[in-house]
Amino acid sequence: MQRRSRLFAAVGAAIALAFAAGPAPSAEPKQGGILRIYHRDSPASASIHEEATYSANIPFMGIFNNLVLYKQDAPQNSLQSIVPELATSWSWSADNLTLTFTLRQGVKWHDGVPFTAKDVKCTFDMLMDKSPQKFRKNPRKTWYDNVTEVTADGDFQATFHLKRPQPALLALLASGYSPIYPCHVSPAEMRTHPIGTGPFKFVEFRQNESIKLARNPDYWRKGRPYLDGIEFTIIPNRSTAILAFIARKFDMTFPTEVSVPLLKDVKAQAPQAVCELKPTNVNVNLIVNRDKPPFDNADLRRAMALTLDRKAFIDTLAEGQGDIGGTMLPQPQGVWGLPPEILRTIPGYGPDVQANRAEARKLMEKLGYGPAKHLAVKISTRNIPVYRDPAVILIDQLKDIYIDGELDVVETGNWFSVVARGDYAVGLNLTGNAVDDPDQAFYENYSCGSERNYTHYCNRDLEKLFDRQSMETDLEKRKKLVWEIDRRLQEDVARPIIYHIRAGTCWWPDVKGFTMMVNSAYNGYRFEDVWLDR
Amino acid sequence: MAAYLLRRVALMVLTLFGISVVIFVLLRLVPGNVADIIFDAAGMINPAEKAGLERQLGLDRPIVVQYGAWMGGLLEGDLGHSYVSDRPALEEIAPRLPITAKLAGLALAFSILFGVPLGVVSAVRQNTAIDYVLRVLSLSGLSMPAFWLGLLILMAFVAWTGFIPIYSETPQSLWDEFLVYSVPAAAVGFRSSALVMRLTRSSMLEVLRQDYIRTARAKGASEPAVNYRHALSNAILPVITVIGIEAAFLIGGLIVTETVFNIPGVARFLVEAIRWRDYPIVQNLVMLIAVVVVVVNLIVDLLYAVLDPRIRYGE
Repeated sequence: MQRRSRLFAAVGAAIALAFAAGPAPSAEPKQGGILRIYHRDSPASASIHEEATYSANIPFMGIFNNLVLYKQDAPQNSLQSIVPELATSWSWSADNLTLTFTLRQGVKWHDGVPFTAKDVKCTFDMLMDKSPQKFRKNPRKTWYDNVTEVTADGDFQATFHLKRPQPALLALLASGYSPIYPCHVSPAEMRTHPIGTGPFKFVEFRQNESIKLARNPDYWRKGRPYLDGIEFTIIPNRSTAILAFIARKFDMTFPTEVSVPLLKDVKAQAPQAVCELKPTNVNVNLIVNRDKPPFDNADLRRAMALTLDRKAFIDTLAEGQGDIGGTMLPQPQGVWGLPPEILRTIPGYGPDVQANRAEARKLMEKLGYGPAKHLAVKISTRNIPVYRDPAVILIDQLKDIYIDGELDVVETGNWFSVVARGDYAVGLNLTGNAVDDPDQAFYENYSCGSERNYTHYCNRDLEKLFDRQSMETDLEKRKKLVWEIDRRLQEDVARPIIYHIRAGTCWWPDVKGFTMMVNSAYNGYRFEDVWLDR
Repeated sequence: MAAYLLRRVALMVLTLFGISVVIFVLLRLVPGNVADIIFDAAGMINPAEKAGLERQLGLDRPIVVQYGAWMGGLLEGDLGHSYVSDRPALEEIAPRLPITAKLAGLALAFSILFGVPLGVVSAVRQNTAIDYVLRVLSLSGLSMPAFWLGLLILMAFVAWTGFIPIYSETPQSLWDEFLVYSVPAAAVGFRSSALVMRLTRSSMLEVLRQDYIRTARAKGASEPAVNYRHALSNAILPVITVIGIEAAFLIGGLIVTETVFNIPGVARFLVEAIRWRDYPIVQNLVMLIAVVVVVVNLIVDLLYAVLDPRIRYGE
């Protein structure tokens, strides 16, 4: 145990030191200018803690600070890329059950009130539903299920008390979804006029029009941010938005909002633009309602998983730009993805699609289906192209195993209500992971009773493995456990992953200091290192 | 006339009451409410949190009570609060109204300024090259969807000028406003102008064959005088009716045009509000549109009497 805590402390200290040194700038950054970005839609509110979409993260992340944060110029998020932010350092207790943060002094909220450890406690009390002040909705409450309490030990020290060791708690705290909120501002005010300690102050949020941020001149990190402000213009029409970017009305597209075909269009019309296509840690998956006959039959679910031709999905929908993997994002961009040699051995992942389908047909025939007796089923999905298009391909592929699918599009706002009620038999779904860490992906999507466990898959033995990997401090040992869990999830057809999406972001060459992350679309928008070379 | 007006106003109030009931009920028949949509964005539903939100917004009350509250508020000038932004509905709607009004006004002006004179020219020069060109133009106007035309215009601007005429910040001068609204107004007004042009043409052709036109010519009236003073003033009545109807239907074209040109008007806002099931916004906006339609209809009817001295209401 002591060895473990020393390891935790050493990693923390090393990272703190690395951060103090700061990243080596590639050119001399210039102060000033407004960064103009178009936004894909109007977020429901400005409160990051109450939202679960990067429509809220991207524009509002710059207003806040976390205790710790993923290094903004490191493309891959990992435990090694976590740096202090409102914390100056952290340490684990000998039993790894308490995580103590020493907090930065002299930091002020945008309204001038000093930041203290009480704010940290308030934030996490609200997230853990222990505060009299309540969020309207609290989508990441489960992230802190292992935290019993957060205490403020004086003004500049905060401690997390855990039920069991969880080294990856830091990974969750480093996400763009983990800002520290002020005690003295109500959740309702944070929805409309957020106050933070971050590099940018909130100026204005006009629903369906624009979001404006201005430089925080009192920011604790001297010399940052470089920009005078950021303006997001909300343009829901994708064609208009892309044309406006090409016409240089904007410096940057909305991050990860440029599809593969559109990326080609942009490069053709604006060859000078810098465009990057990266995995977003969002996957397309098949959900089968295991409570609904005949899909309560494991063989039927297995046959459905076996018929998936993942490459065909990627080739048709994304011109070959996608990644095949299990629950965790495939390597090398993902940290925890199943290695190809294991992936190949999982039923349905082998290269011979016809052999897989022959096996699937045998299973179907065993269940009484065949050329003369097809199984008719509605394939439910959300009524937006990114869901609908793969659902159509899925229907086509299911035909090969005597399943006649009929597309059942659900009005987009009702999709998760339908899924949560179990009011579907087979569906096509998208799952986004904010943090490339098994503690987020496994508990959120596969633990018994989780609100996001749409298929109601429940395996108590596997849950014990979830805990084991979560407590494991040795990275390599943890990886092996994670692979074992991921393999079993795919074999159990818990929620067959069809493919992992890649998406593009473009910006003009005079936008500097922006790093597009490769294993999350949620964590890289502090914008304090971004500058305009004009 | 006064009795006629009173009757029309009473009918208007009844119509608006009917519309308010239909809108209120229809909105609540659509699956899902704002709480569903808000939770949907989070990819999860927590029944307790959802129930709390519904209670907070008063959505758990009986529908009759909700309707009564809305009507009561309307009579006191309180439109309620937006469920999404939590701001008073009036504050959300009011700044967007002039934007759409300007765009609609300009579009209507475009359709009249182009539609009527070109319709006259087309009729007067019947079966000539210019008539054929104008007829093809009007047919294309009727068959081109506004969003498609809008996108085409944007693409052409970007490709040829490198400039994109979309709304990105509040115009500071009248000239800025003209620049911002003229292109989308042309896109949305093109269809109406085509309709007006065709109708003017057919109406003019009918009138030009009348005896009194021949008489006017025989009396030595000039061609413009014959065409505009004698023919057009008689041919314009059905055109006015159509313009009135078009003004009401313009909102449909404005929804797509405001979306394509990114104009933050009420039409686009209405669509967003429907998507979010933001009842206070949708109810009040639809009522406002209904009032506009009903009032425009009344104005058109009254215009008949002004334009045609033979028409007398209430006699």
